[in-house]
Amino acid sequence: MTVIDDYFAVFGLPRKLTVDGEALRARFYELSRAHHPDFHQGADADAQAETLTRSALVNRAYRALRDPLARVEYLIALEEGRDTREGAIARPAAPRELLAEMMEVQEALEEAKAAGMDDASRARLREERERLQARKRAEEDAIVGRAGEWDAALSAKADRGPLLEWFKARLAARAFLRTVIDDLSEALGEDLESHVAHRRH
Amino acid sequence: MSRIVGIDLGTTNSLVAYVDRGAPRVIPDAEGRALLPSIVAYTPEGVLVGDAARRQLVRNPARTIYSVKRLMGRGYEDVQGELAHLPFEVVPAAEVVRIRVGEREVTPPEVSAQILRALRQRAEAALGEKVEQAVVTVPAYFNDSQRQATKDAGRIAGLDVLRIVNEPTAASLAYGLQKLAQGTIAVYDLGGGTFDISILRVKDGVFEVLATNGDTHLGGDDFDRVLVDWLLEDIRAAHGADLSGDAEARQELRLAAEAAKCRLSFEPRTQLAIPFGDFVYRRDITREDLEARFGPLVERTLGPCRLALRDAGLEPADVDEVVLVGGSTRVPLVRRRVEALFGKTPHSQLNPDEVVALGAAVQAQILAGGITDMLLLDVTPLSLGIETLGGIVSILIARNTTIPTMAKEQFTTSADGQTVVDLHVLQGERELARDNRSLARFELRVDPMPAGMPKIEVTFLIDANGILQVHAKELRSGKESSIEVRPTYGLTEAEVERMVDESFEHAEADVSARLLIEAQTEADNVANHVQRALTQGAQLAEPGERERIEAALARLREARAGTDRDLIHERTTEVNRATERLAEAMMDAALKGALTSKRADRILESP
Repeated sequence: MTVIDDYFAVFGLPRKLTVDGEALRARFYELSRAHHPDFHQGADADAQAETLTRSALVNRAYRALRDPLARVEYLIALEEGRDTREGAIARPAAPRELLAEMMEVQEALEEAKAAGMDDASRARLREERERLQARKRAEEDAIVGRAGEWDAALSAKADRGPLLEWFKARLAARAFLRTVIDDLSEALGEDLESHVAHRRH
Repeated sequence: MSRIVGIDLGTTNSLVAYVDRGAPRVIPDAEGRALLPSIVAYTPEGVLVGDAARRQLVRNPARTIYSVKRLMGRGYEDVQGELAHLPFEVVPAAEVVRIRVGEREVTPPEVSAQILRALRQRAEAALGEKVEQAVVTVPAYFNDSQRQATKDAGRIAGLDVLRIVNEPTAASLAYGLQKLAQGTIAVYDLGGGTFDISILRVKDGVFEVLATNGDTHLGGDDFDRVLVDWLLEDIRAAHGADLSGDAEARQELRLAAEAAKCRLSFEPRTQLAIPFGDFVYRRDITREDLEARFGPLVERTLGPCRLALRDAGLEPADVDEVVLVGGSTRVPLVRRRVEALFGKTPHSQLNPDEVVALGAAVQAQILAGGITDMLLLDVTPLSLGIETLGGIVSILIARNTTIPTMAKEQFTTSADGQTVVDLHVLQGERELARDNRSLARFELRVDPMPAGMPKIEVTFLIDANGILQVHAKELRSGKESSIEVRPTYGLTEAEVERMVDESFEHAEADVSARLLIEAQTEADNVANHVQRALTQGAQLAEPGERERIEAALARLREARAGTDRDLIHERTTEVNRATERLAEAMMDAALKGALTSKRADRILESP
């Protein structure tokens, strides 16, 4: 289980999804100048350990909050006290509404393999990938688009339960789309990672 | 606070620098040389480092260790691919690689420590004070074990390594200090053995690394290797001789290939003439020949560049400036490919051999409190995770996360009365544990309780050096849990302690003894070369010349038998001078003028 710290508190912000990116970065640099271990070399061991932890927290907080989508993901984890660890490798389950599309992608993949990845089947895979990428962007825009609604509900102390569930469903769909897009890239041999990172470190 | 120096511990060359009245400077040796060849020779008479060790490469290949950086923090199975190319013996071992030199076995951190100690002594001599603290650079793409091994090397050399800094980031500090690079910059660093790409945002004194990528086994060494393989093939075709199993010949070829590569960065063609036992191998090489062989290697650097851009969320056009670092970026093909990828002319105003050391000195000055307006925010290059059920990795800290950083995780037991919880920590981007780099295994001790009762909170913290620290706490009792750490490819604390003790003993040994060995080696080298020249060039000698040279040689041998270092130096110089004309005549004859621009005695001397 992952332990979740309140990163909004680190920046002295309310738990809202609308954040001024430039102001956040300026505050991040300011906090880094205050806590980075580089500026505490002369301190005693306890103080150095403290500054290290503080600096690590500032960095984690900035990473979680700087990107609008990551912010939604993080806020949900915080609200629910639940683990949405970044980069978790477990494959997300296919959301129901995407099942039909996924079957089509699966069919295209199998056809391509059977055809020995000829030009026609590669073209079809690329087409599928583009369609999924557009769908993923649409999901992302939709998620970020309702950030204001969340903040308003928070200010009005209204029930945010249904919106929270909606965010979760959209994020799950996006995570799923992302893995399928990666699969298609890999099948096409166009995945950057497979060229570079598939070696032992 | 005492002075902190900056050290670039390179695959091929190492340097030490410090900040002098606001400007970083490289500290040269007594003869004015900035670069210390990263070569260590374990001769029966003692240990030689740098240029003196370089002269042992051909004569003493099995005991002369070069490019040891490629072995740092690695296991025996990792370096299998390297072994065929190395003339020294790497001993099979389960964990840390060991190198056999005569009767002894040494580990890569101990070899690196010899280089660090030489640099420390150089700095102490130049600054006139003790130097005990340093910032040492490593490739950005170095993993935890490789960083830890570098820190261990510092300790063995009597240096407290206050900070491990990534080489491309250090370079950006050197550029940034002089306001030579601002905005979004890409640092392309192709050194002797490693490649890094780092993308940074430089603004208002903050150097924020956005993403980094690289290959810790790609550099100038590999360029030399493909050249050597090509030359071996060519020699087989032209002379019917297979030299691939001859360690000395390979070293000759490697050095000649390296020199030719460097010349071809500035000239369109060059000529090789290497004397072997019964023939002289001659060959014209053009830049095109070279580029045909280097092409695939240069291509391998572009994938990491694209990945780093993607991780930074940028397109090539978003990059304002491209900075070239590392000696291998002098190769024109590298410049062309980098320019094509980023769509802008890369720049390299600061000497690519020195810029990393200069940046390390800047970081040292920041740590010393001498520079307060610059802040470096670096990232961890590789994802950090733990092994879970079925050998799957669960990522705790993603790559390109700003450091220091941490993740907390809670663990419990699965059986009643269980007292140990095992954790396997890995680094890498692959899904399965076995495909990633194993860093360490941790054993958490817990009091016996029913299954699921203990709550152990483990904090994984990556410090500003990119090195992992792990702490554990039992939440019910609030007491720190004891953890036993078994590093997979690192030295244990006890081993480092022992090496530190041993190094103190060695360091006590008179420095002048070492200098004497160097003078004697130099004398032997010169004497051997001259003896050879007298045999081969007898017909070129002028009347009386041979006698004069032999007299000078006899005087050198006499001095060599004694222990007067200055006298040996003096007589070595005499021999060199007496041979100068003959050497030039021989070179002229041998190369038909191809190399007349070079001083003949240097050609004679170079191995």
